[in-house]
Amino acid sequence: MKERAQLLLEIADDELILGWRDSEWTGIAPFLEEDVAFSSIAQNEVGHARALYELAARDLGTTADELAFDRKPEEYRCSELVELRLPEWERTIARHVLYEQADAERLARLKTSDDAELAGLAAKIDREEVYHRLHAEMWAERLQAEPRFIAALDELRPLVDRRKGHSPELAELWDEMTSVRRSQPAGTKW
Amino acid sequence: MIYEVFRQERKGQAFQHAGSIEAADERFAESYAREQYGRRGESQALWVVARDSIMRIEEFVDELNRNYHRVDGYPLKEKLKEARERAGTAAPRDR
Repeated sequence: MKERAQLLLEIADDELILGWRDSEWTGIAPFLEEDVAFSSIAQNEVGHARALYELAARDLGTTADELAFDRKPEEYRCSELVELRLPEWERTIARHVLYEQADAERLARLKTSDDAELAGLAAKIDREEVYHRLHAEMWAERLQAEPRFIAALDELRPLVDRRKGHSPELAELWDEMTSVRRSQPAGTKW
Repeated sequence: MIYEVFRQERKGQAFQHAGSIEAADERFAESYAREQYGRRGESQALWVVARDSIMRIEEFVDELNRNYHRVDGYPLKEKLKEARERAGTAAPRDR
């Protein structure tokens, strides 16, 4: 596989899976305002994933939907950090904080890439990520002395760059995420 | 903390009360206000202000019932029209 497509898939998979996991809070976040804000962040991440998949799809001669939904769970290149189902708010925020830090570094690198298309898309995505980072930083500051939050950061930090293999939770998520598409009767056009 | 949000739809228009949000501090309030009242391009600008900072006035004393301070029952429209006709100036365009 082309090197650029591999890199794009890695980021796109991170964004799609994280967006999916974050959206699990829709309707049940700790309070209404946070529900709206966090759901919006989840939507943005899925939007970023789409843009990245579209670029990768062009390189690979396929479509964004096929890349997002027609691969096997073991073919996804996301980090273990984003796969986990985290039904505790402090763990969710710890993941959010860790992810935004890692993503900021990644985007900063991509923005200086010689590949104008890649650098352009990274810059576009980064303009939205600014608000995600602000949101993550506010929460980190607010929870900084909370022992459960500190424990969650320690628990999740090693997973940020772990991309060899997947947790069983990815397969469960994949099942849910692709069920509509897999139920598509032959020949259906969406 | 409760914050009140006022929204300006287009440049030059008056700000109108859009709703209120609950937030831990000003930064959260800004973030939530952006999400709820700005992300669909529906606002030109927002005012976000802590409810506690708003001065509320709702008592208007009129012990002696000085109803001559009021304007009800005192239609100006006809008088203005006549005055304008005498002066030969047209009514200003309806706003």
